[in-house]
Amino acid sequence: MSEKKLDSKIPEGPIQEKWDNHKFSTKLINPANKRKYKILVVGTGLAGSSAAATLSELGYKVEAFCIQDSPRRAHSIAAQGGINAAKNYTNDGDSIWRLFYDTVKGGDYRAREANVYRLAQVSANIIDQCAAQGVPFARDYGGYLANRSFGGAQVSRTFYARGQTGQQLLLGAYSSLQKEVSKGKIKVHTRCELVDVVTVDGRARGIITRDIVSGEFQKHAADAVLLCTGGYGNVYYLSTNAMASNASAAWRAYKKGAYFANPCFTQIHPTCIPVHGDHQSKLTLMSESLRNDGRVWVPKNKDDTRKPQDIPEDERDYYLERIYPSFGNLVPRDVASRNAKAQVDLGKGVGETGVAVYLDFKDAIERDGKDAIEARYGNLFEMYQRITDDDPYVVPMRIYPAVHYTMGGLWVDYNLMTTVPGLFALGEANFSDHGANRLGASALMQGLADGYFVIPYTIGGFFAENTPDGLDENHPAFEEALNESKSIFEKLLSVNGTTPVDHFHRELGKIMWEYVGMGRDQEGLKKAIEEIPQLRKKFWSDVKIPGEGNQINVELEKAARVADFLELGELMARDALDRNESCGGHFREESQTPENEALRNDEDYCHVSAWEFKGVDNSPEKHKEELNFEYVKLSQRSYK
Amino acid sequence: MSNNNMNLNLKIWRQPKKSAPGKMVDYKVSDISPDMSFLEMLDVLNIQLVEKGEDPVVFDHDCREGICGMCSLMINGQAHGPEDRTTTCQLHMRKFRDGDTIVVEPWRAKAFPVLKDLMVDRTAFDEIISAGGFISVNTGNAPDANAIPISKENADLSMDAAACIGCGACVASCKNASAMLFVSAKVSQFSLLPQGKVESSERAVNMVNKMDELGFGNCTNEAECEASCPKGISISNIARMNREYTVGSITGK
Repeated sequence: MSEKKLDSKIPEGPIQEKWDNHKFSTKLINPANKRKYKILVVGTGLAGSSAAATLSELGYKVEAFCIQDSPRRAHSIAAQGGINAAKNYTNDGDSIWRLFYDTVKGGDYRAREANVYRLAQVSANIIDQCAAQGVPFARDYGGYLANRSFGGAQVSRTFYARGQTGQQLLLGAYSSLQKEVSKGKIKVHTRCELVDVVTVDGRARGIITRDIVSGEFQKHAADAVLLCTGGYGNVYYLSTNAMASNASAAWRAYKKGAYFANPCFTQIHPTCIPVHGDHQSKLTLMSESLRNDGRVWVPKNKDDTRKPQDIPEDERDYYLERIYPSFGNLVPRDVASRNAKAQVDLGKGVGETGVAVYLDFKDAIERDGKDAIEARYGNLFEMYQRITDDDPYVVPMRIYPAVHYTMGGLWVDYNLMTTVPGLFALGEANFSDHGANRLGASALMQGLADGYFVIPYTIGGFFAENTPDGLDENHPAFEEALNESKSIFEKLLSVNGTTPVDHFHRELGKIMWEYVGMGRDQEGLKKAIEEIPQLRKKFWSDVKIPGEGNQINVELEKAARVADFLELGELMARDALDRNESCGGHFREESQTPENEALRNDEDYCHVSAWEFKGVDNSPEKHKEELNFEYVKLSQRSYK
Repeated sequence: MSNNNMNLNLKIWRQPKKSAPGKMVDYKVSDISPDMSFLEMLDVLNIQLVEKGEDPVVFDHDCREGICGMCSLMINGQAHGPEDRTTTCQLHMRKFRDGDTIVVEPWRAKAFPVLKDLMVDRTAFDEIISAGGFISVNTGNAPDANAIPISKENADLSMDAAACIGCGACVASCKNASAMLFVSAKVSQFSLLPQGKVESSERAVNMVNKMDELGFGNCTNEAECEASCPKGISISNIARMNREYTVGSITGK
């Protein structure tokens, strides 16, 4: 394994001054010249929409791409609970420093300090910007913004718009995007999927897309490409991601030379509606904000089949409150998930399947009244009732962890640029800010920070060194990439096997959940590394896709995405095997404290693992970015 | 699986592409669990079709948790089906009975042409938003978020309107295929907030004109839009929009 040093380009100086110094020392592009640069923004979630709108406001030529029928539908829309910001409006001791500290600690010391500090710094600007756009944040009776608490923090710094914060923030960013569309400054390509990144002399110069309606392949040249394409949680088949959420853009970039960082860092969210049947297509999240008022418990006795209301108080184990008295039900997500699994493994799981724990609102309803609880979480309770046919005002919710978010992603430097010059990654698509575990309400913060306040500055630095040179779609690299992409889709159609795409996706999901899920060990990971390539082989010899490529063909779209997941899954297992320590969401059974907490090995693994593609059937090459903790001292995380 | 599972007859609109004629086609699905969502039931049908080498039924869907606004089916003549304030993806099969015949059609409106089967083109909604569904503020312009207090009542009403998911059920269930509820929700969200008040009348005029231009019909106050809205958007928003529109038309702003 080569251990080439990656240059993270962290600016010099004390952490409080790095971003300001960097902004000042980064070269500017004068307003008249900005319109000579063209930027392609792929994905229109929080990161993509906010970046596209802001870059267009600055004067750059922007084109945006999304796979949905409208940019407003990106999966950021489904985020429920809120967005963190170090405003300290609640006067409870919050500060930029505390948000920075909580995020580094919450990520179990596997994030880059300088990035996290910058994130905390710009967090307050995000709230201002969104309020100005007309995002209807919750307010108290004086007309000022309201806050609530989220896991891994002891202050209330989460801003929210009922249980639909992601929706409102995305609609804010989308309205900004449409504002620029109305001026003719942004062209949006809907139902259009990236199928390749085009590089010329090692630099990203454009993309190849496939129009989902006509099946047509198109070339797009530009001065920079921004991937804002979200995470890869759907590699598990069942996750809280939307059905079309996929890893393909990031994966094609990886195959064109962008390193993939910490792929094994996945977040299993503790409060989701449990799996119920074989035909289930996705899992639904119940916002973490519910843990403000809900109490998590299981029966004290194994195999207790009584109804929850028949189990007396002294026979219930409120295990999070018992084990973690200072954070209680608001421990970070990885800790809450692992503990739920531990209770189920002890035979104390509840519900029909025995694979669930209770989230109980009885005490909160008695304390604050049903109306107050309804005002806070009404839409979530309604959603729960619709899916399960149970009334959570009367019986406790049954919840269980589910795949939700991926902290890993394309490696980027401080400027959000990947290892391919001119190719940037923003939001969940990059790996940068959350380390091995993301705190609740921080994904929205990061997506918008990257798009509104980071990339608009850092991209200028790249452009100052790379002035427009007239390269366009006629360059032979575009024709070559287009033909290569076409041939992948033709190959998929020509397999003409017997098994539908979903079958392979579901099988892959089972392998991933079993061996690369909440608990991982050497034996299981080796098994995954053996089984995934076999499944991949079967896929390429037996997948069945009816119809043609020159029209709407949903099975073909899915097949192309699953083909990429079948490669990515293997990389995740390899990374998990290589990282022989536990940290955050990555829990290696071999590495735990006597109290079953994640035990890090800072001596050997205090680094980012960035993987370089070496061919589908070859082992990837690992590169390390050493992480230095100068401001937050490395220590065993404790929430007790 | 419980023995409450159902066998169902489906009548589904099939149309190979935008320019081709379509027709209703009969299908049968069996052993459908009441705990499945409506779209999971269609998944079962599609797996059957794919296994037989036939073209699966195309329908829009994405988040499957009722918030993205992508799913859009007319089920037994009702937009999003029989359950109140529920999107198709959150509709569960326990609302149906063994042996039922279910008719599934796409949204039908001049401004929403069918692309294939049950999938329609709703870019007209994006065009309406780009005609004025925003506050003209650039990144970096914003004052401190607490600098402008907003009464809780107005913030809540604004949020009620902002809850629109842009699915188009209002248009599909209106006999005039009017987009008044959709447009008024956006106009109201902003006109209820001081930061959106500045451009309020102009916004209403521009958005309504765009709506007319794109081929949506007029409102004749039958409130089917409100009844079919999965997010319970109130038609009082239409009244608010009409006020803004009137002011805008008179003052020329």
